[in-house]
Amino acid sequence: MALGACSSSTTTVAPAGAAAPATPTGSLVVFAATSLTDAFNKIGEEFKAAHPGVTVKFNYNGSSSLATQITQGAPADVFASASPTNMKTVTDQNLASTTPKIFTANQGEIMVEAGNPSHIKSLSDLANPALKVVTCAPQVPCGALATQIFKNAGVTVKPVSQEQNVGGVVTKVTLGEADAGIVYVTDVKANGTKTAGVTIPANENNTTNYPIAEVKGAPNPTAASAFISFVLGSSGQQVLKSLGFLPPAS
Amino acid sequence: MLDADIQLRLSRLSLDVAFTVAAGEVLALLGPNASGKSTTLRALTGLLPLDGGRVVLDGTVLEDPAQRVKVAPEKRPIALMFQDYLLFPHLSAVENVAFGLRCRGTDKKTAREKALQVLERLDLAAAAESRPGSMSGGQQQRVAMARALVTDPRLLLLDEPLAALDVSVKTSVRRLLRDALRQSSAANILVTHDLVDAVALGDRMIIIEDGAIVQTGTPAEVTARPRSSYVADLTGVNLLRGTAHGTVLDLDGGGRLSCASPGAGPSFAVIAPAAVAVSRERPEGQAEGDAGGQTGGTPGGEEVNTWRGRVSAVDLMGDRVRVRIEGTPAIMAEVPPAAVDRLKLDEGGDLWAYLSPAAITTYPR
Amino acid sequence: MLSGKLRFNPLTTVLAGLAALFFIFPLIGLITGAPWGHITSVITSRTAVQALELSIIASLSSTAIALLFGFPLAWLLARGQFPGKGVLRGLTTLPMVLPPVVGGIALLLAYGRRGFIGRPLESATGLTLPFSLAGVVVAESFVAMPFFVITVESGLRSMNRRLEDAARSLGASRRTVFLRVTLPLIWPSLAAGTVLTWARALGEFGATITFAGNLPGVTQTMPLAIYISQSSNMTDEAIALSLILVLVSLVVMVFRRDRSGAQ
Repeated sequence: MALGACSSSTTTVAPAGAAAPATPTGSLVVFAATSLTDAFNKIGEEFKAAHPGVTVKFNYNGSSSLATQITQGAPADVFASASPTNMKTVTDQNLASTTPKIFTANQGEIMVEAGNPSHIKSLSDLANPALKVVTCAPQVPCGALATQIFKNAGVTVKPVSQEQNVGGVVTKVTLGEADAGIVYVTDVKANGTKTAGVTIPANENNTTNYPIAEVKGAPNPTAASAFISFVLGSSGQQVLKSLGFLPPAS
Repeated sequence: MLDADIQLRLSRLSLDVAFTVAAGEVLALLGPNASGKSTTLRALTGLLPLDGGRVVLDGTVLEDPAQRVKVAPEKRPIALMFQDYLLFPHLSAVENVAFGLRCRGTDKKTAREKALQVLERLDLAAAAESRPGSMSGGQQQRVAMARALVTDPRLLLLDEPLAALDVSVKTSVRRLLRDALRQSSAANILVTHDLVDAVALGDRMIIIEDGAIVQTGTPAEVTARPRSSYVADLTGVNLLRGTAHGTVLDLDGGGRLSCASPGAGPSFAVIAPAAVAVSRERPEGQAEGDAGGQTGGTPGGEEVNTWRGRVSAVDLMGDRVRVRIEGTPAIMAEVPPAAVDRLKLDEGGDLWAYLSPAAITTYPR
Repeated sequence: MLSGKLRFNPLTTVLAGLAALFFIFPLIGLITGAPWGHITSVITSRTAVQALELSIIASLSSTAIALLFGFPLAWLLARGQFPGKGVLRGLTTLPMVLPPVVGGIALLLAYGRRGFIGRPLESATGLTLPFSLAGVVVAESFVAMPFFVITVESGLRSMNRRLEDAARSLGASRRTVFLRVTLPLIWPSLAAGTVLTWARALGEFGATITFAGNLPGVTQTMPLAIYISQSSNMTDEAIALSLILVLVSLVVMVFRRDRSGAQ
């Protein structure tokens, strides 16, 4: 089978388009940030079509939770984080067997209820104490994003809740519990007509880079590196772009 | 003085009884299970509302459904003693006894003193601070007695108070109870299934069967002339029903007996088992194959009731043996133990019963 | 009374021992994994103090609510005769079986700003439950009260009601019967129910974070603070905070056992 490839000492990711050393098969476990849910589900389908022998399983959660799980020995093959900070947690413990590659980027956007009933036009509107604003907890990438954005815009916003992952923010705004929340542009797009978005001007916004890496001791390194190539390759990038992700920022 | 007329319809029982109990009197209530004895007591306490009738205690109407009068249970001057004592397990003996007093307004100190007095009279001073859980059955029943009596009730209801006690303890507790009842001026009703209790403690007896009174009288009267099989079984006598024409008694179940004293109309006949003799041989002058009661001759020449029957059961009861005989009529005989071997009674089979007319007591039904 | 030593049965001892170890080992893990070097700074940090305060206030309030509303409900279920009693019992114990997050979502749909109770509540009184300490108390009461109801109902059922009849026959009014006979007799199950309820409320996470949200100083109870630390890889802080929670719980459990043992 793929013994030769496994014992290879090269740990760099195969360049896009080049043939993989062996045919990936078996089960593949991908830990990915919540904001990548739709994107990776689609990429996963295309990957399976291209490599019928592989079953891909995704674990979506806040990037910091995922990093913690990996450092505590969770059996992941691939880790795709919503910020370099959480990836650093993993590499600091020498738990990445490849150098992380930035595969996409994301920006923030204000998510509001459908129809924008509170007439929010800008970040400064969020400082209104009568509004219920929700963000992620600062320890989580989308929370760090929110903190940076508020800092850039010079506004003080007091959120009523700090969610553990961006999905929690989306839920609260969708249900109408919160008037507004700071999420990624991709989340606004993915949520369709259930909610609406208010763009954040470029000078106030923040771009976060998403790194991806193979986890050391991965049960299925062949499939892992094939998947990472796929994400970095044209098919993966196409899917990401169509969902509103940005090309990796330099 | 209690004047009670109780009518109650429950799913399993229709109760309709009326009786009076004078102050200081003990009325014993007997009857088979589920006949309505305990129901009567619950109705008197007010825990079961009447459907009809009236209850008057010492001139006060406690309940009268027609007039919509019902005094709440806690306001009735009634106390109960239960078969399972129902002492409060979380209170000490003296607290249990003082409970009723405190409920009716006595202050803590006085109630405690009175409770201790009663406990001393019943020889329980040493156990005053103990919890019921650490007391013997006899002690618990005495505490229950104290608890009921200390409130000076006008009506005391005792629901099989001695039933759960060992035989050895029963006698002494029964004596205590008798003394306590003699001293109180309340009307007392005692429900029991033990004839000894009824005879020892009761001034009068009432037999209840299927929700109705079938017999009343003093214990002596009731046991001498039972009017129901229940009492007959209790006292261990034979009770037959029939119609008397002079000294001849035609039995309802078939057969005929000759009695010493005459009677007329529907009658009961009571016969002590010891008065029935048995023999394997047919008596002289009796034709083989005769069924039913016939009088026949004996060597002595007197008339004796004899008839043929079949042994259906032999019960050894200590130093006596009771033989149940199927026949016309069915009868229970009592024989000395030696007779069992001599007549080989445990092999069953046919035998002859002999009964002197003088041993039959008849009275109108 | 049966007292005396339990006869030594090897199988029972081994199984019981394994069970005990099963519970003790994780506790040992917490103790050995704690950052003893800088534990003081962690447990006196603002996060820890605020979270502990909120946890204690919220759990005590939820327990009080469980007592006030749960007792009549337990009484009704134990003594009442009415059609649909079984259904009512099933419904009130449903939160015990539901995953707490599901409970939180259900609470939002009823009592949230857009909920069918929450919306009129907000327009009438301006009061919103999510994102407030009141919301935390609602979430904790929802998951914890069933424990109280079940325990107390069981106690009420198993008491000898004829003792109440005896009390009434001695002249006790219904109120006296309740206070001097019924309550003392069901005291053990009342106490057990209260402690169980409080413990469940203290440890509640899923319904709280979903319904009340997570904001330090306002709704971030200990379990929420522990989870956030743990998920942002601040394991040290998570373990230290966990130890505090364990200590608080142990104190109450041991204290309660002492009192009932003395009876």
